[in-house]
Amino acid sequence: MIQVQGLTKRYGPNTAVDALSFDVTPGAVTGFLGPNGSGKSTTMRMIMGLDRPDAGQALIGGRPYGELRQPLREVGALLEARTFHPGRSARAHLSALAAAGDIHPARVAEVLATVGLSDVAGRRAGTYSLGMAQRLGIAAALLGDPGVLLFDEPVNGLDPEGVRWIRDLMRSLAAEGRTVLLSSHLISEMALTADHLVVIGQGRLLADTSVRELTARGRSLEEAFFTLTEGASVHRGTAHHAGHDAAPERNAR
Amino acid sequence: MTTLTVPAPTRRSAPFARAARMEWIKLRSLRSTAWALLLTVAGMIAVGVVTMANTKAPSADRAAQFDPTNNVLAGVALGQLVVGVLGVLVVTGEYSCGSIRSTLAAIPDRRTLLAAKAAVYGTVTLVVGEAVALVTFFAGRAALAEGVPRPGIGDPGVLRAVLLAGAYLSLVGLLGIGIGALLRHTASAIAVLVGVTFVLPAVIGGLSGPTVAKFFPTMIAGNSLAVAKPVADMLAPWTGFAVLCLYVAATLGAGARLPAHRDA
Repeated sequence: MIQVQGLTKRYGPNTAVDALSFDVTPGAVTGFLGPNGSGKSTTMRMIMGLDRPDAGQALIGGRPYGELRQPLREVGALLEARTFHPGRSARAHLSALAAAGDIHPARVAEVLATVGLSDVAGRRAGTYSLGMAQRLGIAAALLGDPGVLLFDEPVNGLDPEGVRWIRDLMRSLAAEGRTVLLSSHLISEMALTADHLVVIGQGRLLADTSVRELTARGRSLEEAFFTLTEGASVHRGTAHHAGHDAAPERNAR
Repeated sequence: MTTLTVPAPTRRSAPFARAARMEWIKLRSLRSTAWALLLTVAGMIAVGVVTMANTKAPSADRAAQFDPTNNVLAGVALGQLVVGVLGVLVVTGEYSCGSIRSTLAAIPDRRTLLAAKAAVYGTVTLVVGEAVALVTFFAGRAALAEGVPRPGIGDPGVLRAVLLAGAYLSLVGLLGIGIGALLRHTASAIAVLVGVTFVLPAVIGGLSGPTVAKFFPTMIAGNSLAVAKPVADMLAPWTGFAVLCLYVAATLGAGARLPAHRDA
């Protein structure tokens, strides 16, 4: 269970995440949708305790990430593809994390097999393709067999087979009763993978509903998404922004 | 598919112990660690041997100040650079490649993490530093020309000089970790490290003599630690050592205080 409560993050004059609240419940894949720069990654970083919110809080099983006693056993996360040292092998990277999480070293070989990296586990991870790097990140997330999982754009760089593998993995993790938060900007993929959707735009909550409900009125998920995020996308139209997010020029929906 | 088939260890270890185990695996799983330490060892021994081979017997009026132990440890100036830069990279390397995010996911408490990095790297460099200082001493002594008085490890102040020189490497390594934690950026942290160890003492020493310069790490190493016979106008051996420990404690303390309030 992930609880996001009034979460706010500002970078200078820009508000990346704006009083955002939603819950992610166990046993389902919750899709986290929003245009580029809408604050998805920032929100996930705050859930993981990497960024400090300016207001509000994110709780995992009732506690902030920093207060978890065995974080890797409670939460697994893939936030960016490359969160390993390029000079270290996949096996060494995972072994170090296992040591930090009091996880049995044999678990390293298990997750390497799960993500299909067993044959290249001794190679320096800097030589990996983006798809392999994603798989290593997923292996790290699964290492502690956690009940809560966060994946930020996990299908980036994966081939069609890999995309399907991710989809099946997400579904099976949720079927095992785990809490799965999955961000993506690929709506078609989300329609196939997610049960529930949290849609944000410019850091604000636009929808917190089931996929079925959103597509009930005979619309495709894509149509529903564009209706929701109309005016909340910073990269449509002519405006260009260097910062994390646009100055809010919100259209009334 | 992901069910944990391996039983979890029943005993839970403290976060610091877990972090230290992680840092130890991380340190030895990078080839650059071994190369850098090998460079330190080879460089220090080579400098020590060459310096000793070129050391001439002192004239009668200089015999009292003649301190070949100081000559043999001349390579510390080189070794500190490698060990210090590697210390910087232990921290900043994580930020530049993004691995800090998986590290902090495993050990969310940044002070625990910094303490573990300092403990592991400090121990490794202390062992390497003491070993290389001892080996350099004996190798360099053997290279002394005929007729030059040979220092013995049991002579007054000699063992102290050798051991403090070895410990100095570890202290500079810790300084590198502290500076790295403060700045988080490889280039700027290395610039500060080189500035403090090489540039500033040379400039200040040239302008105002030893009054201020004697407080800089490299000056302490060469004139206070690696000496069997104390040098006039410089800090006494244990005073110099205490001053260095103070620098390390202050830098690491500041490094531990700052990052808790910053985004990773």
